[in-house]
Amino acid sequence: MASTIDKVARRRKVLVPFVAVALGFILGSIVVLLTGKNPLLMFNAIIRGLTGIDIARGGFNPRHIGELVIQAMPIILTGLSVGFAFRTGLFNIGAEGQLMLGSLAATAVALTVKAPAFIHIPLIMVAGMGAGAAWGAIPGFLKARFNVHEVVVTIMLNYTALHINNWAILNVFKSVDRVKTAEFPASALLKDQWLADLTNGSRLNWGFIPVILAVIAFWFILEKTTFGFSLRAVGFNKDGAKYAGMKVNRNIVMSMVIAGAFAGLAGAIITTGTFSFGRTLSAAEGYGFDGIAVALVGMTQAPGILLAGLLFGVLKSAGPLMQSAGIPREIGGIIQASIVMFVAMKLGIERILDFAKGKLARKTAETTMDDTEEARV
Amino acid sequence: MAYIIEMLDIVKDFPGIRANDNVTLQVEQGSIHALLGENGAGKSTLMSILFGLYTPDSGSIRIRGEDVRIADPNVANELGIGMVHQHFKLVHNFTVTENIILGLEPHKGLVLDIRHAAAKVAELSKLYGLDVDPYAKIEDISVGMQQRVEILKMLYRDAEMLIFDEPTAVLTPQEIHELMGIMRRLVEEGKTIILITHKLKEIKEVADTCTVLRRGKLIGTVPVAGTSEARMAEMMVGREVSFTVDKGPYSPGDVVLEIKDLCVRNNKNLMAVKSLDLQIRRGEILGLCGIDGNGQTEFIQALTGLAKIESGSVIINGHDITHLPVRQRLDRGLGHIPEDRQRFGLILDFKLDENLVIHSYGQPPYSHYGVLDFSAIRKNADRLIKEFDVRAGRGPATFARSMSGGNQQKAILAREIDRSPEAFIIAQPTRGLDVGAIEYIHKRIVAERDKGKAILLISLELDEILDVSDRIAVIYGGEIVGVVDADKTDENELGLMMSGSIRKAV
Amino acid sequence: MSISLILEMFPIALMFAAPLVIAALGGLFSERSGIVNIALEGIMMVGAFAGASVTVVLEPLTPLAPWLGLLAGISAGMLFSLLHAFASINLKADQVISGTALNILAGGMTVYLCQILFNQQRTRAFSSGLRKITVPLLEKIPIIGRILFREIYPTFYVAMALVVLTWFVVFKTPFGLRLRSCGEHPQAAASMGINVYAIRYAGVIISGALAGLAGATMVLTQDIQYTVSSVHGAGFIALASLVFGKWNPWGVLGAGLFFGFAQILSYYAKDIKFLASLPQEVFYMLPYVLTIVALVVFAGKSVGPKAAGEIYDQGKR
Repeated sequence: MASTIDKVARRRKVLVPFVAVALGFILGSIVVLLTGKNPLLMFNAIIRGLTGIDIARGGFNPRHIGELVIQAMPIILTGLSVGFAFRTGLFNIGAEGQLMLGSLAATAVALTVKAPAFIHIPLIMVAGMGAGAAWGAIPGFLKARFNVHEVVVTIMLNYTALHINNWAILNVFKSVDRVKTAEFPASALLKDQWLADLTNGSRLNWGFIPVILAVIAFWFILEKTTFGFSLRAVGFNKDGAKYAGMKVNRNIVMSMVIAGAFAGLAGAIITTGTFSFGRTLSAAEGYGFDGIAVALVGMTQAPGILLAGLLFGVLKSAGPLMQSAGIPREIGGIIQASIVMFVAMKLGIERILDFAKGKLARKTAETTMDDTEEARV
Repeated sequence: MAYIIEMLDIVKDFPGIRANDNVTLQVEQGSIHALLGENGAGKSTLMSILFGLYTPDSGSIRIRGEDVRIADPNVANELGIGMVHQHFKLVHNFTVTENIILGLEPHKGLVLDIRHAAAKVAELSKLYGLDVDPYAKIEDISVGMQQRVEILKMLYRDAEMLIFDEPTAVLTPQEIHELMGIMRRLVEEGKTIILITHKLKEIKEVADTCTVLRRGKLIGTVPVAGTSEARMAEMMVGREVSFTVDKGPYSPGDVVLEIKDLCVRNNKNLMAVKSLDLQIRRGEILGLCGIDGNGQTEFIQALTGLAKIESGSVIINGHDITHLPVRQRLDRGLGHIPEDRQRFGLILDFKLDENLVIHSYGQPPYSHYGVLDFSAIRKNADRLIKEFDVRAGRGPATFARSMSGGNQQKAILAREIDRSPEAFIIAQPTRGLDVGAIEYIHKRIVAERDKGKAILLISLELDEILDVSDRIAVIYGGEIVGVVDADKTDENELGLMMSGSIRKAV
Repeated sequence: MSISLILEMFPIALMFAAPLVIAALGGLFSERSGIVNIALEGIMMVGAFAGASVTVVLEPLTPLAPWLGLLAGISAGMLFSLLHAFASINLKADQVISGTALNILAGGMTVYLCQILFNQQRTRAFSSGLRKITVPLLEKIPIIGRILFREIYPTFYVAMALVVLTWFVVFKTPFGLRLRSCGEHPQAAASMGINVYAIRYAGVIISGALAGLAGATMVLTQDIQYTVSSVHGAGFIALASLVFGKWNPWGVLGAGLFFGFAQILSYYAKDIKFLASLPQEVFYMLPYVLTIVALVVFAGKSVGPKAAGEIYDQGKR
């Protein structure tokens, strides 16, 4: 009896994001309707973005798929970043800043190092991860050593990174037009004309390979290694982990370092894949917050994050398609935020149910030690 | 028979369990009525219904002969029912007065009228002999005074019927005696008292009538004067209870764990453990007793490596572990059953098998080169589950959160005993467990002693200390104020040492 | 660094400080009741959007438009905060997640509405927001008159009044006592018959009203229109002011003024010798870096409401 109840509960947990997604789209459709537009056009645009197939007018354009990948890659990585930290019980709102500095480091290596592509590119990726890791180490250290809550610290570091990036682009790399640096040499680029041709002129680049490797690494580290075991323990119960002899402080810092590395990698991929130069930024571009959405909706699990990244990616890439159908592209943002809200609320509902189960478990526990399955509900 | 409170055929269900199964309770006006039962018997639920925290699924309640529906604590208050909780519900940084008036604040226009309130508090305090300082902050006063604040909260609201929920858990024997006196005084002033407890001695000392609950059912209501403790215990548990643990003879070996001159600060940066000396030998159980807050927690944390040792040393089998991190102490032969098992002993969201390797996951056979070997982990769990009779719904794959308290504790025991430590620090092992579980745990502890382990047993339950220990040390104010043989002492002597009144040569 | 420079800086510092103080006071009410409100930023955005939109639409009709804009900010903030209240209190969602989700939602929602209403990603510019005022008699006071009563945005006085009002309500009234009890020990409050849910709703809605007001203030005194970067982190600096100010209205005032001054340093850096050689970006970063420093310094002595951030469930005993 208990096992069936457990099984249903487990399945229900996986259902949460799907239900939230459905509700988000329903809400989005209502908003679209209320502002006088046709939601079906919105869905058509999304399907076009996802598959390249235009249901309304027929035809197939692989360019949309390429653009989808472009939009999904960075947020899958920032989703991994946020998700990884979350599994250790930390809120990494700083993926944005870690990404920016990863971008900057990639720019630096792209412009200053001369090497053939098969050395140059991995070097750039490593530089990006390193910068992101270092930036992530700061809130990790502050949390471990001073118990400063990482939420506000990481947000402050985002703005700080923004200004560091701009200063460097303008002053160190001598931006010519105050917007971008010189073009990167071809050896530094992830772009490939072959891929562009394959997808009818999209900006698809080789960045998707590091992304897939990152997803696999995320899963492997957390589920299969002793390091991941201790990270998860700390995330669930800091005190219990400490009592068991785990190095909690070290884990907190390492977790933020790895999370930062994921985000930094995203920055490197954007800079050398989507663009081919370093840029100044007038404001944060939102990859970090998207990462939070992806991590939450993906339930902080590797496959979930991959899927959620693709979902939110298509909400972005289908933006221009929606715009040309008369629907403001921001509807994608609204749908995304609603899905996150619904997931947050669902988690809350789950918690109530878990709590009732747990309280119940404790009550029956205190009655007797001779527990049969029946009493153990 | 003027019954002031009648709870008739009360039924209360929670998902999957019937907490109160047709329970009837009738309390005479002006009496002290005890409600006796083990943990989970349903007494707290029944009283929560009376106090308006829950509503019954069926049954009726009559106060002073009239049918009432008690929908929330406000209604209960209006009827004159008050509850003195087991875990005090006091706001730590508010004053005594502010805590008492919360929810019923006297005011001049929009402003709080603290002076008026404090005056009334002083008045009540004098009338009932409940000594408090109206302007003191809760975090600064003693536990005994905090309890008096809880009582005053109810008297401030003109409570006529007072429910005391396990009031003596945190008091010394002398303070318990004081509380008994306060209860009698309240009854003299016309109040009626319901006393929730599982302590038979206290019932004998102060109660007139006793209602016994077991597993949600009413077992019977008896006059205290004519009923023996043994009889009440039998009603509570359902079988004859032996009050002592079966212990073989005790033949201690050499010293395994030596604590010298230990000084530890607490989190308010005051010295909580002061130059403490203690030795524990192979094959003996040394019980450490004392009132909560006299340094036990800091002492345990220092021993296990979770708190910094200011000065002094801890030596196990000749190895100085004073400055070693937790993991290394465990490796040197220290075993530890923590007092808060759910917070410190387990990762509730991990599975049972994962919890069982929580110390050893980093080494073969449970992992190789940093990668976990799940089948080895599973096999280990199967073995321990069998040996220690740990019951869990889905076996080794059960999440610790869904296990019962007793089985969680068995799992922790299994894990620690399996590591075969030389010295075992066992803190509050039977807190919240029923008699059957307690018997098992005690048997296991004695078995380890007979295997030649050195065991330090820390407990707030004097009975447990007296039953299980070979020698008993008393901690007061961060120091050991006496070490005595268990069979040569009794509760009174221990109580006096625990409150610092006497010291015995160490 | 001359006196006249400081005197010149003051009014601008007050302009920056006012929204920080108002938003932080909002955070105070929420956290004192036990609900952590990370969404101050998002609520400020919503309030700023509402304030800017109402002002630009009503401008041709009445000179009171900016004040109506402030009212709109308050209302919008209150409505938006209901989401956080519902998610955190009724559904027991993690308060940090709920707050973060609202911040994301605020960004998307406000820009979407701009597109619908104004066909662009920002509101239309209004010709004048709030006007500075000079208080007739008080401005004649030497020194203090010049810095506090001459050419100051009236919203600063609103902020001051709110500080006093907050102190009074939270520490001197029965409501305030109950509010604080919910933030320190909700089980104790419940056992005394207090409706913890209702009090927490009140705390969050008040924080919504104040943060909405703060957002509207910000856009009407510092900008000419609402864009998605109008608030640029002020909501989080307000949170830091709350920690810095130890959850006390007077402390919050001091912290807000401190951050206000930090923000204008970038404008005046060239006039101050030893700062003139530092790159502009250092000053842009300054408020944010100072916030981190403030948090580190004050984290250890965390004196926030004990139960803030913990999920309260009536069933728990």
